[in-house]
Amino acid sequence: MKKTLLLLAAATALAGISAPANAAGMDKVKACFIYVGPVGDFGWSYQHDQGRLFAEEKLGDKLETAYLESVPEGADAERAIERFARSGCNIIFTTSFGYMDQTNKVAKDFPDVKFEHATGYKREHPNVTTYDSRFYQGRYILGQIAAKVSKVGTAGYIASFPIPEVIQGINSFILGAQSVDPDFKLKVIWSNTWFDPGKEADAAKALLDQGADILTQHTDSTAPMQVAAERGAHAFGQASDMYDFGKETQLTAIVDDWGPYYVERISAVLDGTWEQSSTWGGMAEGHVVMAPYTNMPDDVKAMAEETEAKITSGELHPFTGPIMKQDGTEWLADGVVAEDGELAGMNFYVKGVDDKLQQ
Amino acid sequence: MDMTQAIILTIMTAATPLLLAAIGELVVERSGVLNLGVEGMMVMGAVCAFAIAQLTGSAGLGAIGGLIAGMLFSLLFGFLTLTLVANQVATGLALTILGLGLSGMIGESFIGLPGLKLAAVPIPLLSDIPFFGRLLFDQDPIFYTSIIAVIGVNWFLFKSRAGLRLRAIGDSHTSAHALGVKVVRTRYLAVMFGGACAGLAGAHLSIVYTPQWVENMTAGRGWIALALVVFASWRPTRVLAGAYLFGAVSIGQLHAQALGLGIPSQLLSALPYLATIAVLVVISLNRRMTLINTPASLGKSFVPER
Repeated sequence: MKKTLLLLAAATALAGISAPANAAGMDKVKACFIYVGPVGDFGWSYQHDQGRLFAEEKLGDKLETAYLESVPEGADAERAIERFARSGCNIIFTTSFGYMDQTNKVAKDFPDVKFEHATGYKREHPNVTTYDSRFYQGRYILGQIAAKVSKVGTAGYIASFPIPEVIQGINSFILGAQSVDPDFKLKVIWSNTWFDPGKEADAAKALLDQGADILTQHTDSTAPMQVAAERGAHAFGQASDMYDFGKETQLTAIVDDWGPYYVERISAVLDGTWEQSSTWGGMAEGHVVMAPYTNMPDDVKAMAEETEAKITSGELHPFTGPIMKQDGTEWLADGVVAEDGELAGMNFYVKGVDDKLQQ
Repeated sequence: MDMTQAIILTIMTAATPLLLAAIGELVVERSGVLNLGVEGMMVMGAVCAFAIAQLTGSAGLGAIGGLIAGMLFSLLFGFLTLTLVANQVATGLALTILGLGLSGMIGESFIGLPGLKLAAVPIPLLSDIPFFGRLLFDQDPIFYTSIIAVIGVNWFLFKSRAGLRLRAIGDSHTSAHALGVKVVRTRYLAVMFGGACAGLAGAHLSIVYTPQWVENMTAGRGWIALALVVFASWRPTRVLAGAYLFGAVSIGQLHAQALGLGIPSQLLSALPYLATIAVLVVISLNRRMTLINTPASLGKSFVPER
């Protein structure tokens, strides 16, 4: 241990001597990514990888990247993150909620490496940053469209794990739907997985069998879209534009665009200006993009576009009171807008969700 | 189609890949070989079926391609464990890891493409039977194959001489060898049958269940199939029961959730595993029967004496 420390000290000193003019910045940076699913999921991990490729394209020779895919959340992730930290990565992006504690744990041992954790809220060390996108903004629009397009007034929601980000999405969806049809119903199935095409397809079938005619999902594969297409229902794409899987089915999709953020953060490492932060970008920052509105009447499309413009300009916030919790107690008074902190830790349903949330 | 039919159909779709992969592995294990590479062979079957269906425009050719891919992939396992006498457990695990990686590489250019679906082939007259006709006789060819495989394997193992020889090898390869039974050749054939079944099970995933290719799309189904074989104490009919029970509980729990009953979803997600284990353990309580059915040489390497 002592030896390593000495070596480290020597290395730091040497680095200091060799590059005095560029003390804080770097000529070349190695950025590493950890994905929860395969890069070929055509959903969440695929979009992060598109972001990585975008950064490579923008930064050219100054950037070297590496990634590990299908890294399970939990203890396994720690080894993967540590391996990257040891292998000379300057900045590591851990792109799933379940890497939160592991990211912070490894960050403690590698103070010179920058860590960026997606969708989490813990920043226990100065070298940990969190970033996320306000997907709930898009989900509000999905809810509005669903309420307009649905013939039966019920949508089905394939959820993954009961974490704040997913609960936000469900709540925002139902609030959007209720703004059009106050009696709109939402059925929720928790698949307890981010990625299992078969199980997602089964959940989609179950929801359609029980009377929903529009599907939306917070899991990562294109399977639910295909099931909806087969049954002649409608669905929303998730993370990627899934139009090709349901040309007469997809109404729109929430597309995650991480590219600009990755370029910005990696450039900050290059310039030596990287600082801890917590970014929560939305439509205004271009992090959340809506796929083209298709398979819907023009008036619905116009409504969706108007809502999108209002959310982008900041005129409309999906979580604006009056909002009641599911148990009937008041959460937000008339005109009050939810604070980010409250949203980031959201663990309750709003009124109108036909499901009981497990804590 | 009413709701009961729709639910049963969903269950059948969910159970078919498990059943196929498990029935193949059952024959392999009955011959005394433990192939833990089911997941890898399955995912290879899935990617090759999808790729061939895309390239030829025929989902039927895709299914056959998946079957052959699984079989060829299992030959690699056969060569390593039967000819080179490598450790079966380690080789099987390596096969799974290789399969997951290799399939990702093969499938890279097929990501994001909607796939072809293998069409149902209604059987004339039988498919007109009310209620059951739609369920049993208006299905895709892979479903029919899975049922025929169970009946065929059951007959083969317990009614045919070749099946008797295969079981003898599984119980004591040295004795069988001494009696002049071709141990290695029989095991090769068994491993290839297992590979073909796993490959076809994978094909079912990528051209029937969810017609698309995504990496790692088997999502652990190969392991469930492996577990089913053990819990079914190496009996084909019990594998059938186990696979359908697993499918039924998996789908049932989704419906319970959609109804908003308020049972913890984590518990419901674990239910298929718990229920299948519980039921299969109960029906295997007769220890003597279980012992008789367990292939005694399972996982042991065989080197013929010269």
